[in-house]
Amino acid sequence: MTAMKQARRLRKTTVNSFINYAIVIVAFIAVQILVGQDMISNSMQSMLVPVCCYIVMAVSLNLTVGILGELSLGHAGFMSLGAFSGIIVSTALKDVVTADPLRLLIAMLVGAVMGGIGGVIVGLPVLRLRGDYLAIVTLAFGEIIKNVIMVLYVGIDGDGLHMATKEANLVLAEDGVAIIKGPMGAVGVTKISSFTAGLVLILITLFVVQNLVDSRAGRAILSLRDNRIAAESCGINVTKYKLMAFVASAVLAGAAGALYGLNYSSTVASKFDFNTSILVLVYVVLGGLGSIRGSIIAAAVLTLLPEMSFMRSSSLKDYRMLLYAVILILVMLVTNNPTLRGVINMVSKKFKGSKKQEGGAAQ
Amino acid sequence: MKKFIALLMAAAMLMALVACGNTSTNNGGNDTGDTTGDSAGDGTVTIKIGGIGPLTGDAAVYGVATQLGAQVAVDEINAMDSNIKFEYDFQDDTNVAETAVSAYNTLKDWDVDIIYGCTTTQPCITIAGETFADRYFQLTPSASSTDVTAGKDNMFQMCFTDPNQGVTAADYISEHQLGTKIGIIYNNGDAYSTGIAEAFIAHAGEVGLEVVATETFPNDKNTDYNVQLNACKDAGADLVFLPIYYTPASLILAQANAMGYAPTFFGADGMDGILTMEGFDASLAEGLMLMTPFNADATDDATVNFVESYKKLSGDVTPNQFAADGYDCIYAIYAALQTIDGLADMDHEALCDAMIAAFTSPDFSIDGLTGSGMTWSANGEISKDPVVVVIQDGAYVTM
Repeated sequence: MTAMKQARRLRKTTVNSFINYAIVIVAFIAVQILVGQDMISNSMQSMLVPVCCYIVMAVSLNLTVGILGELSLGHAGFMSLGAFSGIIVSTALKDVVTADPLRLLIAMLVGAVMGGIGGVIVGLPVLRLRGDYLAIVTLAFGEIIKNVIMVLYVGIDGDGLHMATKEANLVLAEDGVAIIKGPMGAVGVTKISSFTAGLVLILITLFVVQNLVDSRAGRAILSLRDNRIAAESCGINVTKYKLMAFVASAVLAGAAGALYGLNYSSTVASKFDFNTSILVLVYVVLGGLGSIRGSIIAAAVLTLLPEMSFMRSSSLKDYRMLLYAVILILVMLVTNNPTLRGVINMVSKKFKGSKKQEGGAAQ
Repeated sequence: MKKFIALLMAAAMLMALVACGNTSTNNGGNDTGDTTGDSAGDGTVTIKIGGIGPLTGDAAVYGVATQLGAQVAVDEINAMDSNIKFEYDFQDDTNVAETAVSAYNTLKDWDVDIIYGCTTTQPCITIAGETFADRYFQLTPSASSTDVTAGKDNMFQMCFTDPNQGVTAADYISEHQLGTKIGIIYNNGDAYSTGIAEAFIAHAGEVGLEVVATETFPNDKNTDYNVQLNACKDAGADLVFLPIYYTPASLILAQANAMGYAPTFFGADGMDGILTMEGFDASLAEGLMLMTPFNADATDDATVNFVESYKKLSGDVTPNQFAADGYDCIYAIYAALQTIDGLADMDHEALCDAMIAAFTSPDFSIDGLTGSGMTWSANGEISKDPVVVVIQDGAYVTM
């Protein structure tokens, strides 16, 4: 009996994971077909890559906030690291690697590594502490990254990369180009991101996060969230597993940043500020802490919503941001309304027969 | 339950995507072969002008000004007996490049012919890259960085470039002997402010000005400027150059007054608007000099009429130079369109090339609210005379 139960449980997590892959792939194919038939407006097409980036950001942040149970308020900082390092690499390799997808791949890998380095630097000291220190430090980290990039001038010429903190100090040879120009950000970026790259990144993210959660390490991470003292007494290395989840999350955010940065001809550091971190956190919270699928759907819906053609129509466009805020509040209220939850519970019980409901922790 | 909601939301997401698909087919087929003009028998051509700028968020005051300033011009032109009519839509970009791209694509779905904007520099650089690739003519009222126009033949500016303002300010201060020891306070987190300040510093030495203090602050939300002011005071600066927006400038003026430091203050065009700022004691701005192309207190007919029409639209808000730049933009577009033959048969690509030719033609010159005899160079930068005003008795007086 127990063995059978276990088998069913295992199958359930696997099935759940595969449903997530399926949702993403089906949505991708559906969108591709609609694009092929010219049935998606230009404005929606321009949102496809950013939506992919925000989905990856939300899923990766969910690993830290929902699954590890630590609050991170500087996720956009890792995105920023990935975006600007990706842009630098892509510009530097423009003549060496001429195939755009390959250059994008290299840029995303470098972005991921930079995000990871940032994650280790922040995580190593802070995750050893108890309490909400991670929230405070990541908040500061995001601001530091933003302010550093704002005064950073990076250029490239025949002699290699040059960096300076004042425009006058950035001396480049004749053939040199300035890649990052302080508060102006990165300008003149060649756009190489594609929706397909976004899909691949989402699938990799899902693969990494879902398999990490289902692994032995993942169970250790979950046990740390639920009861740190009990987990520690069982011999689980707290810092190691916390760092594992946190750095994985930072790596994925870095890759998403590179994809995002290379989707626009110019990017500025102030885009990746506290507001963006909170925006991603909103996706995670509204999608459900710990729910990967919730993060995907919340990120996609909430990114697309303010840009929908009806929101930009002449009758509604003046109230666009107001409506968006109202919808966010409504979603928050509705998903937490006990009466409504009861109704939904009853309906889903009917569907599932007398099967027991899962606990609230997995929400 | 989790699964149920998830499925529901997934369905909603797909439905939403499909729904957008449907609406777009109504406007659809917009990428190929459509022409700008309508086919009304009387030879009237309707040009769709799509504006982009921040209508919400921190920079909304500039976006709304450019939106309404252009609206005044569009209304005037449509009321004229002319065979060119305008349709005008203005989309919000919240001063974020990502949103600006979406706003731009919304305008493309609307079959836009000419892009007017963006109001702010950062989104404008991104959109200029898009319009350059898609071949739309673009004219910005107020995005002043040289990066906006660099390498894009379709992109034109109505305002001065930042370095141009810095150099002009240094020349003006030197010529009129307003000061010899210069202190500068600027926002090094802002491209506009940094652009002017660096050009000013680079040029100051050449015209015999000594920059004794270069002070910075990180963003416009900064509230304490005593450190920067003290540094200028200690260095003996007799003129402080403030290439910043009026919100931080108002605090600087108040704090300088409180500490008894009274050098000459000299601002750039971002200072325009300080007198109408709520809660600001206008007497503090007495003697402040600033460069602005537009003076709402001017008494010429064009300005008086514009201010009157603008106030009707804005609910009695006095227009600033952003509004005036926007007004001039629409008239510049109108003047250029009048020189083009065969408008009705042009798609946006042909129109773009024709507009570029019109703007850069040697005999194309515009007289507007922000200057007379304005011309454009091939790189999209404007040439017009700078105007310096000094604030006396709470009003601008042209020097």
